Amino acid sequence: MARERSVDLDTKVIEMKDIVKKFGDFVANDHINLTVHKGEIHAILGENGAGKSTLMNVLYGLYRPTSGEIYVNGKREDIDGPSKAIQCGIGMVHQHFMLVQPFTVTENIVLGMEPMKGITLDMAKARQDVVELSQRYGMAVDPDARIEDISVGMQQRVEILKVLFRGAQTLILDEPTASLTPQEITELIHIMEKLTADGKSIILITHKLKEIKAAADYCTIIRLGKYIDTVKVSDVTEQDLASMMVGRNVTFTVEKEEKEPGEVVLEVKNLRGRDYRKVEILKGLNLNVRRGEILGIAGIDGNGQTELVEIITGLRKAEGGSIMINGENIFNAKPRTIFERGVSSIPADRQKHGLVLDFTVAENMVLQNYRSPQFQQYGFLKKDAIRKYAQDAVKKYDIRPADAADRPAGTLSGGNQQKVIVAREVNNDKDLLIAVNPTRGLDVGAIEYVHRYIVEQRNKGKAVLLVSFELDEIMSLSDRIDVIYDGKIVGSMAGKDADENTLGLMMAGGTHHE
Amino acid sequence: MSKNKSIFQSHIFLTVVAVIVAFLVGAIFLGIMGYNPITVYTTLITGIFSRPRYIAYSVVYATPLIFVGLSVAFSFKTGVFNIGAEGQFVVGSMAACLVGIFVDAPPIIHVPLCFLAAAVAGAVWGIIVGFLKVKWGINEVLSMIMFNWIAFYLSNYIVEFPAVHSEGTAEATKNVADTARILLPAGLRDVLAPTSNYGILIALVFVVIVYLIIEKTTLGYEMKAVGYNKNAAEYAGIGVNKAILTAMAISGALAGMGGAVQLLGMGQRISLFSGQEGFGFEGISVALIGASNPIGVFFSGLFYGALKYGGSKLNLIQAPSEIVDVITGTIVFFIAISHVFKVVRRKKKEVS
Repeated sequence: MARERSVDLDTKVIEMKDIVKKFGDFVANDHINLTVHKGEIHAILGENGAGKSTLMNVLYGLYRPTSGEIYVNGKREDIDGPSKAIQCGIGMVHQHFMLVQPFTVTENIVLGMEPMKGITLDMAKARQDVVELSQRYGMAVDPDARIEDISVGMQQRVEILKVLFRGAQTLILDEPTASLTPQEITELIHIMEKLTADGKSIILITHKLKEIKAAADYCTIIRLGKYIDTVKVSDVTEQDLASMMVGRNVTFTVEKEEKEPGEVVLEVKNLRGRDYRKVEILKGLNLNVRRGEILGIAGIDGNGQTELVEIITGLRKAEGGSIMINGENIFNAKPRTIFERGVSSIPADRQKHGLVLDFTVAENMVLQNYRSPQFQQYGFLKKDAIRKYAQDAVKKYDIRPADAADRPAGTLSGGNQQKVIVAREVNNDKDLLIAVNPTRGLDVGAIEYVHRYIVEQRNKGKAVLLVSFELDEIMSLSDRIDVIYDGKIVGSMAGKDADENTLGLMMAGGTHHE
Repeated sequence: MSKNKSIFQSHIFLTVVAVIVAFLVGAIFLGIMGYNPITVYTTLITGIFSRPRYIAYSVVYATPLIFVGLSVAFSFKTGVFNIGAEGQFVVGSMAACLVGIFVDAPPIIHVPLCFLAAAVAGAVWGIIVGFLKVKWGINEVLSMIMFNWIAFYLSNYIVEFPAVHSEGTAEATKNVADTARILLPAGLRDVLAPTSNYGILIALVFVVIVYLIIEKTTLGYEMKAVGYNKNAAEYAGIGVNKAILTAMAISGALAGMGGAVQLLGMGQRISLFSGQEGFGFEGISVALIGASNPIGVFFSGLFYGALKYGGSKLNLIQAPSEIVDVITGTIVFFIAISHVFKVVRRKKKEVS
């Protein structure tokens, strides 16, 4: 973990002093200080909504600070827009890439700064510049590929090259690993190290502690808009960082009581199905989940997990096989029937499938149950009962803000939106809970909550089917792990025996020898 | 609750600002064309308010607009854009007309029967489009615009039927039976306007009904869920296609009844159309100005109806009555802009 890096502590590249940014009465940044040295990777850690992005938007000139000063290379600068920031050698790679999809890699990188030959574009020179730049920093890209044809990891390289092409000395990376695979994350860390070796500085916005430990030299922690501390990463543990970020002690390990699983709740036999392109993707899949058990499905995205869950929940029709809940056939039944037979689920995409963002949290809390006598009579909604139900959930599940019940779900932070879904599905209290990537994009505090409630369902004797691309999550929660590969379950092991290497091998299609 | 209220109040504020700005823009146009804006606006306003009769006429003009406005507002709330209100209005009007001519019944039965026929006709017109959408994914906006023209020519075709056609020289249908009309008692009409009718009261009833459906019922909840987020609604087990069809049917029925109220209150018969009447499109403006809120639609319908009536007086001073269209268009434009600003402001907040 310890890296030899030449951080030049005498050269301050960026200094932000007492930055305050208010939106109306809301103080997003409350006297924040940040110092970045030459050749340093400086992480900014904070929960969702802590004010990390606001601070970086101030540095990049997207927001004007209410008060405070910014120094670049020791000189006071008034950064009034991104073009000024670029002049100052500051470049930003946004979480959501800003690339022109039908353009090639080269076209995207030189966009707005195209080399000219007379009055025409000199694309040959542009291409050559891009190749040189990518070789210099060891970021292999195909200069002629179209953005829409390359992977997310590649697109990110293009974004970084774009920033370097504009002469950035300091790079801001906003949640750069959010949509990357583990291998791509490792590569990104290598790239960051190469860049710092060349004297660049990097500001890394993240809430993933592992990556901070792996990559960063210093870490500044922000909580609820306030500056908490700046620490040397090698001096602290992940646990310390988490506590500083959340403001209380956080447990990483999930408390799980020993439990003997009971009878089978979900039984899937020989399931066959196609994906949206009509390609056969489930090729005779078998699995079962019992009471008091969490079955984790490990696998690389695209091996049929999405379709499996869509079929079980009734959103997609299967081609063949059988699906039983408590001995009742729910094969190709309607979503509502399946729900009534005892299946609730936390969908992978909370904004697309989980919530109606324009509805209030209260309205979202009864999205499946609005027809039950508890919430309606003669076709009229019992608004007070619904509100009360939601307020209780908001309290119990610590959904913020405290008056969230009356607010549109779209105004909540991502973590709190996920809590609303978890609250709803756990409250539904069905025999089977399906959770798909339930903690994607959440910070440790929220992850802890979500994990706790999933385990609580299991402890209550419910069956849980957990599908996740985060191997850590699968391993820490599951009683049993099935590995999915190419539309079939190719291996199974007890959760406590699982190790990353064996699972990784099976996920990649290698055979598992008992 | 207090939050909802403040949003509503701020919308009212924005609407008032939009109205003022629109009158200023109208004044500029009038000035460029060489009219004195003050004279024109004075004529417009005295033409609406100076006598009880004028106010009564304004209400008569407003009544069908409230129905069509409700229809469009309802469609907005449920995620479809009912640009087909025009056609639903026309078929509703024709259905009421046929029942009004051929059925012989006492008023207590005849009037509801006419409204029922109009509602069913409008609903069917909406459902056909909805069916094309859910079955084959045909964009409802396109098919609705086509259905407007189908309604238009269908109406003209029926007007020419010998049994339906007026016995006089007019290119129109026979008059509907007196038992089908919804006029106020003659004594009251002498004070108000000759065509003053119960329509505004019926409109009020439907304002309340639509409000209840949207805000208070499971049906409204389902339709809104589908309108806001089809995927989440489907995931939660709500029948998406059924909700879309129901929404189209209700929206169509409201527009169809707008046709009935226009016929039974004011028109008495249907003439051969030479061009689209425009009620459906005016309904879109009414819904937008009323923020798609049933109560808001009631008032914006009155406003629009008054301007429409008052605008007809401008010919008396040789001023262009089209200035009213400039004003309403500008209001809609500014209200649309204010939505853009709200979205931008919300986006900015999200970024933080």
